[in-house]
Amino acid sequence: MTHSNLPLLETLGIYKSFGNILALRDISIQVYSGEVLCLLGDNGAGKSTLIKILSGVYSQHKGSYFVQGEKARFNSPRDALDRGIATVYQELAIIPLMSITRNFFLGSEPTKGKGLFRRLDMKLANRVTREELAKMGVHLKDDGRPAGTLSGGERQCLAIARSIYFGAKILILDEPTSALGVKEVDVVLNYIRKARSRGLGVILITHNPNHAYSIGDRFMILTHGWSHGTFLKEDISFDEMIAMMGGEGKHYLSEDK
Amino acid sequence: MKKGMLRRILNRPELGALGGAIAVWLFFAVIAGDQGFLTLRGTATYLKVASQLGILAVAVSLLMIGGEFDLSVGSMIGLTGMTMTILAVEFGMPIILSMLIALVLALVIGFLNGYIVVRTGLPSFIVTLGTLFIIRGFTIGTTRLVIGRTQLGGLNEVPGYRTIELLLASDITLGGVGFSVSIVWWLATATVVTYILMCTRFGNWIFGAGGSSDTARMIGVPVQRVKIILFMLTAAAAWLVAMIQAISFDGSDVLRGQQREFFAIIAVVIGGTLLTGGYGSAIGAVLGALIFGMVRQGIVFAGVDADWFQLFMGSMLLLAVLVNNFFRMKASEARN
Repeated sequence: MTHSNLPLLETLGIYKSFGNILALRDISIQVYSGEVLCLLGDNGAGKSTLIKILSGVYSQHKGSYFVQGEKARFNSPRDALDRGIATVYQELAIIPLMSITRNFFLGSEPTKGKGLFRRLDMKLANRVTREELAKMGVHLKDDGRPAGTLSGGERQCLAIARSIYFGAKILILDEPTSALGVKEVDVVLNYIRKARSRGLGVILITHNPNHAYSIGDRFMILTHGWSHGTFLKEDISFDEMIAMMGGEGKHYLSEDK
Repeated sequence: MKKGMLRRILNRPELGALGGAIAVWLFFAVIAGDQGFLTLRGTATYLKVASQLGILAVAVSLLMIGGEFDLSVGSMIGLTGMTMTILAVEFGMPIILSMLIALVLALVIGFLNGYIVVRTGLPSFIVTLGTLFIIRGFTIGTTRLVIGRTQLGGLNEVPGYRTIELLLASDITLGGVGFSVSIVWWLATATVVTYILMCTRFGNWIFGAGGSSDTARMIGVPVQRVKIILFMLTAAAAWLVAMIQAISFDGSDVLRGQQREFFAIIAVVIGGTLLTGGYGSAIGAVLGALIFGMVRQGIVFAGVDADWFQLFMGSMLLLAVLVNNFFRMKASEARN
């Protein structure tokens, strides 16, 4: 795969430390439209620190960060969202006690009317929620029900569909497949494929190499805040990838891909 | 379709409180019906009691849905009432101006409550437990320094009193019985708050901030701003109650508003709002305050010593929490 076009998102030599602990060392990544970049590594490897920098929660101490070729400096997740970077954390995908529609539009609610009478347009919100979820293959009968009644996979789907609808160009998914049943994992991986085919750039964080290898276009393996480099799928075998992951990855060696 | 409708009604947070209000009303209708509980006059009495707590409870319900507590609202009633009275009676300020100064004071303290909570990340329970005593202590100490006493009357001689009295402390005659105008304020605040909660973006942000502040922040809700505004709104509601009380009693007492913070929380919880935030309704708080008013006055009508009131309210609170928990579990179970 060659790219004449600019990466959607790019970092050059990112460093981040917390007190004396260097959490990230010299991290450079590129994410292209229509590609899934898998970020692999053990717990504590620096995956979550990296995505928190990408999504505007932290800022790096050294290194540069570009979004569609322009230098980016985010003060909050809102800033990142405004530049088309949406992050979905597995545990934080939805708010269980709010309705599906209210979850879908939280923070970007459609309104009608003016001044004091500017109010939510629930009819539009319900319709859009139903349509957007249907595009991802989830068919709702009652969009007023609490989102907590959705299954684990549907929750991820709701969060992904929301990000796409609100114009995300880069989707950062933090462990979207962990703690899901086998069938649900397939469902979520299919949503990710759909997002990719719609031209989004996806960063998929996982510690499950099977899930990563079945969907990834590029792989980056982190250990102790340091990157082994980025590999295209044709340049790395499943076993090589696992060898680099070390530790936890070895459990997967006995299974064949 | 029919089943969905039924489920939707069962899922409403205020359902338990509606049942509770009917049960409490029936209870007192039976045991105190012939002692005046059922008369218009009796109704006006308990509605008046309910309305003053209700104004507070409605604002507190917003804050609690937003995931925070405010234990300082009772002290705020004492402070703002006394501030207004001293400014008007001792310093001869126009009554409107004294009221506005007291309002600004309330908003500043509400802002500080909220600011400390969102900045430090401390539980608002602890922060406002602190400000509960700080505000009360400040009110008592300063009042004694300035006027040498802890009570001050004479508001009815201040120019402009009549107009304000008409607005805040008059009666509206219906069927020959005077209904307190505070009932109108109660229903008006409840209507405005319900509109904010259900029909505006800000309302959606309140649910989000209380349901999971991390998730809400992640998808772009200004959670800190929302919470600070909610603390300012509860402070403003405490101010309104303080003004109604000061005008009705022609003056203020530094101890006014004591325990109101707890009664407000009780009314809100009976109304189905979740202690952990993210779920609830202002209509529930209205019903919770109504139950409070009916119990407080119903006991008097029934000829039972008012000493038993607290026992009754405490039991109602526990019962309500149990019932609400049960319904909420039913509502949020995963369905296929």
